Formats: sequence, structure tokens, C-alpha cells
Amino acid sequence: MEAFGLLLHGFAVLLTWKTLVLMMVGLVLGIFVGVLPGLGGPNGVAILLPLTFTMDPTSAIVMLSCIYWGALFGGAITSILFNIPGEAWSVATTFDGYPMAQQGRAAEALTAAFTSSFIGSLVAVLLITFLAPMISSFALKFGPPEFFAVYLLTFCSFVGLGREARHKTVISMSLGLLLAGVGMDTVSGQLRMTFGSAELLRGINFLVAVIGLFGISEILLTMEERLALRGHAASISLRVVLGVWKDLPKYWMTLLRSSFIGCWLGITPGGAIAASFMGYNLAKRFAKDPESFGKGRIEGVFAPETAAHASGTSALLPMLALGIPGSGTAAILLGGLMVWGLNPGPLLFVEHKDFVWGLIASMYLGNVVGLVLVLTTVPIFASILRVPFAAVAPMIVVSCAIGAYAIQNAMFDIWLMLGFGLVGYVFKKIGIPLAPFTLALVLGNRAEDAFRLSMIGSGGDLKVFWSNGLVGSITTLAIVLLFWPVIDGLLARVGRTRRTRTADAPTPPSRP
Amino acid sequence: MTLAAALWVAPAVAGWEPTKPVEIVVAAGAGGASDQMARMMQAAIQKNNLMKQPVVVSLKGGASGAEALMYMKSSEGDPNKVLIAYSLIYMLPLSAKIPFNWRELTPVSVIALDQFVLWDNSAGPKTVKEFVEAAKAASSPFKMGGTGSKREDHVLTVFLEQKTGVKFSYLPYKSGGEAATQLVGNHTESNVNNPSENLEVWRAGQVRPLCVFDKERISYTAKVTDTQSWADIPTCKEEGVDVQYLMLRAMFLPGKVTPEQQAFYVELFHKVTQTAEYKDYMEKQALKPIFLTGKDMVQFLEEDDAQNKSLMMEAGFVAK
Repeated sequence: MEAFGLLLHGFAVLLTWKTLVLMMVGLVLGIFVGVLPGLGGPNGVAILLPLTFTMDPTSAIVMLSCIYWGALFGGAITSILFNIPGEAWSVATTFDGYPMAQQGRAAEALTAAFTSSFIGSLVAVLLITFLAPMISSFALKFGPPEFFAVYLLTFCSFVGLGREARHKTVISMSLGLLLAGVGMDTVSGQLRMTFGSAELLRGINFLVAVIGLFGISEILLTMEERLALRGHAASISLRVVLGVWKDLPKYWMTLLRSSFIGCWLGITPGGAIAASFMGYNLAKRFAKDPESFGKGRIEGVFAPETAAHASGTSALLPMLALGIPGSGTAAILLGGLMVWGLNPGPLLFVEHKDFVWGLIASMYLGNVVGLVLVLTTVPIFASILRVPFAAVAPMIVVSCAIGAYAIQNAMFDIWLMLGFGLVGYVFKKIGIPLAPFTLALVLGNRAEDAFRLSMIGSGGDLKVFWSNGLVGSITTLAIVLLFWPVIDGLLARVGRTRRTRTADAPTPPSRP
Repeated sequence: MTLAAALWVAPAVAGWEPTKPVEIVVAAGAGGASDQMARMMQAAIQKNNLMKQPVVVSLKGGASGAEALMYMKSSEGDPNKVLIAYSLIYMLPLSAKIPFNWRELTPVSVIALDQFVLWDNSAGPKTVKEFVEAAKAASSPFKMGGTGSKREDHVLTVFLEQKTGVKFSYLPYKSGGEAATQLVGNHTESNVNNPSENLEVWRAGQVRPLCVFDKERISYTAKVTDTQSWADIPTCKEEGVDVQYLMLRAMFLPGKVTPEQQAFYVELFHKVTQTAEYKDYMEKQALKPIFLTGKDMVQFLEEDDAQNKSLMMEAGFVAK
């Protein structure tokens, strides 16, 4: 109950006209940067950081974190309307969100995305409020073997639970892992696969690849098929919103599962990106008709968005408690904290109560206000679909190029983005899934580092991945998921034999 | 008084001034020591109106900072970019064969020296002597966490091995912050972080400073934890392990800028070192104050370069 008192104190800090105005300004700016593909949360926060130098720390962080929430909400808009994920965790939202928009259900998909973002964040904030001290000690349990086990779990769940042909998932993932190796290798301190080029030193930025793979390739495909955005004019009304909300209870299990996965992976340092993918895959796994996923199913929007926002929000906790940023935006916020003389660490919660609880209270208020704001502005965004393709396409390409350039201020990245556009186009044509590729590109490096650090620490002994309960159970779960199709098949067959035995009618073993 | 102020402003009006926003280039990731220093300067310049143009911080930490070096190298003649450099300018070209030489850039000033401290978990041995004995007696080698491979932390670890006869398993992490939390979580036995990187976990009583790698103690005597100040940490030499290492923090412009442009920045960063923000930051992060420019700076860099090179050679980190 101490937490409750502190939270009320936080609200008291927050409820001044000045802070509320800053909050609204932050949210609007955030939605705006979220909508522009590639600009996204981290860049938005970085650009606006100097504006806040003259403010007191609490007002400044409230405004910056509202930009963050705004960007999280806004990121879903481009994923659904244009198949261009703005952030790593929006990738899974495109799987069903974009097909929904194509079927003329854009407004429904957007409402679903915003609502589930809100639910995910809310669950995570509740968790932060009441479990803060415990969670920071949990995160400390993560050494290299634990990190590797989590990454392994993500990769394995993709292969085992993915909807595409397994060999294609593996091909796509392997290519991603290969490209993730370009650049400086932290463990040996040597350059790899740069072929003497100064441009390749930086490695291949994940967002550049994503903008090309999803955005540019989509434009190419659309041009080839017909010169129109395959979405119908979306009209949003209170009726659509209420309709989606009325159906919410039906999906309580999906929402709960995704919130849980999101929170768990969010407080696991570095796990936030994996959450949306895992939320999506599990929702599909437990659905009665997994085939309908990827064809515009509303659960396919609920699952990843809830998980992404639960993790995006709970990722702030390791940042505050340990100084480990869970996402790019969290890293910029971390830089901001230090300017104001607030050093993230275990003592932040003790020495700067006003600040910490003001921030937590702003998570509650920011999310409520943000939800209202995005829902009321949906018609504006949905109306983009009514603009002729010939007018929208060049704008998308330009905004993709700006986004790719802005990440590292490098012209080379624009060429790289266009290259990835072609790769994405070919992949879509021959049916190789893009998601495993992008996942491997984000996590490949970290997984490799974690594996090699574990090996240095254990002297090359693989038993380190079963050396304690935590790492052992994650590794085992990963292996179970990897072979899930086989296990599932065996279980089904055992079940069948038992049934046939009770029926006492022997049948010859059949193989599909 | 007014006259003095007018005289102070006069040279700046006469000389060159930036006409575009000035970029402080950081050769490290977000939240690291260089980033924090850049943000401090950004705030100091902005709050004290030291320059008309705004300052932006640009993070170029790709390839362990090599990205920033190549970026500066390719920006020849551009007076709107300043690099916050540290010993990577000597080490990276040696270990990873990056085609870069700091002599191609224009030196502005050395603004601080950073210390290194040997830390262990607060549940671990209490003195250097006990630490060395425990490390020798351990069945598997003690794990030493650090930032990057074949860099300052790694070199220091090799030296520590040479001086004590202990063998460590060196674990290269991506940042000092990561090395700090890994030590708190008991995933490593020790690290050689800069004071700023371990400050918060020290204040929380989770790690213990064993000794500082300098010939004299850190000068700041204000209490940092309940019982200790930076000045209370013994030097490693006092503790019988004679290993010394300091890391420079210096500002550079790209090559081929005019002397007027160089002079403007010398003046600017001199003013920065006079601000309350800078002084406060130096004490908080336990940095050693220093201000070198012109010939003194070049001489310092040459000596520092030679020392780093010989350390790297001895440790066997120079790529062939």
C-alpha cells in the first residue's frame, strides 16, 4: 500500500495546468513523429530533448515520455495503413492489420490497435507501480547465459510456431543472422564483412532494412498489380469504436496472454522487441483456426500490439532501476535524465521520489489522454487512404527516404533501403517470410555476443545453459518450442492411438 | 565592469563564428560517458549563451566508435563538427586496422582526464591483497567485465595479470553500464570501470572500489557514499600493484579548418570549462580537470599515443 500512497503523491505532482498542457503538446508531437515512417520515437525524442533543458526535470520527463506514448500510438497507423512499421515492434502488427485495411476495415484495425496498446500499457504500468523493487532484482539475475536463452527462445518460437513453411523461415532467419554480423564485432574487437568500406563500418541498421523491406517493396508490389492503394475509404464512427470494444471480452485470453508476455520480456533487459512477435505467434498457436491469421483477423492486431506496448512500457523499468535502456527511445530518455542530474540506478527511487512517481503517474494519464486523442483523430489518418495512389506513393517513398537518412545521417542508408526494397519484393514473390529476417537482424548480434560471453565465462562448456533454474527452464522451453510441430504431432498420434484402443478397432498407422 | 565585459566580447565579434548549428560528435552510444559529457556541454553552452548557433549532439557510436572517426575524417574543412575524443583515437587504428590517424584532425583542447578504478562486488574480497589471493585460489578464473575488446579495459586487465600473476577471463560488454550491472548481479567478479560508470551502484552499496589506477588519489573529498569519498580510494600502487592508466577526453575539429575557426573553438571550450555546469560535472563524475591547447596539447597527444601504442604492443592487441 506504500506504492499507492506514493502514486497519489505522483498525481499531486502532476496535476498542474502547466504539466497537463505539456502533456498534450507531447502527445500531439509524438503521434506526428510516429506517423512519419522512420522518424519514429527515438528521433522525435532526440530532436525535442534540447527544448526541455530549461524546464524542471519532472515537467521535462513528462513531456518527453508523452512524446514516447504518442509515438507508440502513432506507429501503429503506418503499419496498418501502409504496411510500413515505424518501430521494431510494429512489424507484427502489419501481419493482420494491413490485410484488414485492404478489406476496408482500416478503422476497425486502428481502433483495435489503439485499444490494445492502451490495455498493454495499463497492465505494464500497474506492474511497475506495485512490483518495482522486486522487478529490478529480477533483472539483475540476467547474465550472458540468461540473455542468450531469451534470444534463443524468440528464434525457436519463430521456427516452431511460425505460420510459413519451416525451411523458408530458417532461410530467411539465416540471411538475417548473416547480415547482422556486418560491422564491428564487440567480442573480438575486429571488423567483419566490411570489405574495406567505411560505410559498412556501422553495420546494417535494422530500421533502414525494415523501411525498405516492408515500405518500398509494398510500393513496388502495388505498382505492379494496379495503381491503387488496396484499401477502401475508412469511415470511423463511435459505432465502429464501440463495436470493437463490445467484442473485447471475447478476446480476454489473447489480451491477457500478450500482456503477460510483454511485461515479462519488457523487464527482461533487451527483450522488448521480441515481445510483439511472440505475442502474435502464441495467439495464432492457441487459436482454433490458425490459418485465418495473416488474412485480416482482429486478434492478429490485438495480440502483437498489446504485447508491444506492455513491453515498451515495462522496458522503462530496467532503465530507471538499473540504467539499462530496453529500447532506442528509452536510451535517449536515459541521456535526458542525466542532463537533469538524475542518474538512473537503484537510488533513483529513493532520492528522487517526486520524479519517479510523477513519471509513473504520467504513464497513467498519458495513456488515457493519448487513447482519446488518437481515436478522435483516426478519421484524419484513415482519410489518407482516399487520396489517389499516384499522389500518396511518392510521398511515402520520400518519407521513407527521409526516415532512412535520419537514423544515422547517412546517404548510403538510402541506397541500402532501396536495395532492401528489391530484396523484399523478391522475397514476397517467392514466398519467403520477411519477419524472421528482420528479427534476426535485430537480435542476431546480441544473441551472438551473449553466446560467446557465456562460452568465455564457462570455458566452452554448454552445460552453462542449464546451470540454474532460470536459464535452464528458458533454454528447455526454447528447445520444446523449436520441435513443437514434431511434439505436437507425436501428442496427437498418442491421443489418436489411445482413442482407437478404447474403440477397440486397430487401424494401420497412417502418416500424412 | 562594463568595460571589462566589452573587452571580453570584442575578440569573438572580430573573429570567425559558426553560421550553422554546431554538431558535437560522440564516438559512443546513448547514455555512455561521452554522451553525458556532450549533453553537459550542450546545456552549458545553451544556458550561458556562449554561442549564437544551437548545439546538437550526434551519436556515432557504430563499430565501437570507428563510425565517428571516419565521419570526422570525411568532414575535412567543415568547421561545424567537433568530436569528443578519448583513447579510441590511438587504439582503434591499431586493433581493428581502421584507416585513421588523429594527426589528420585539428586539435582544439584536452578538457579532462578520466580515471579507472578496480571494483568488485560488495560481497567479495575487501582489499586488493585479498582479491588477488582469492583470484589465485579460485578453481575457475575470475571474470573481469569491461567495455569492448582490445580497448582500455582489456589492456588494463592484461596489465593487472602481468603485475599480479592472476589469470582473468575477460568479458567484453557493449558498455560500461552493462559491465556495472553484470558485476552487481554477480555474473562477473570484478571490473575496471571509470568512476562515472559505477557511481550509482557504488552509492547503492552494491560494489566496492578496491584501488584507482593513477599515481595519486582522486582529489574530490566530498562524501559520495555514507562513509567514503573518491579521495578515500587508495591508489593501486599503494596497494602493491603498480599499474597506472588515465584516459584523455579531448575536442577535435575535422582537418583543414582555418586557424580562426580553430581559435573560436579553443575560446568556446575554455569558456565551457569555466561554467558551473562543467565544474559540477567534473566533481560528480570524478574526472581530473585539465585544459591543454596548442603546442602543449600536441605534445601531450604524442606522448599519450606512444604510451598507448606500447601498451597495446605488449598486450598483443595490434592487428597484423
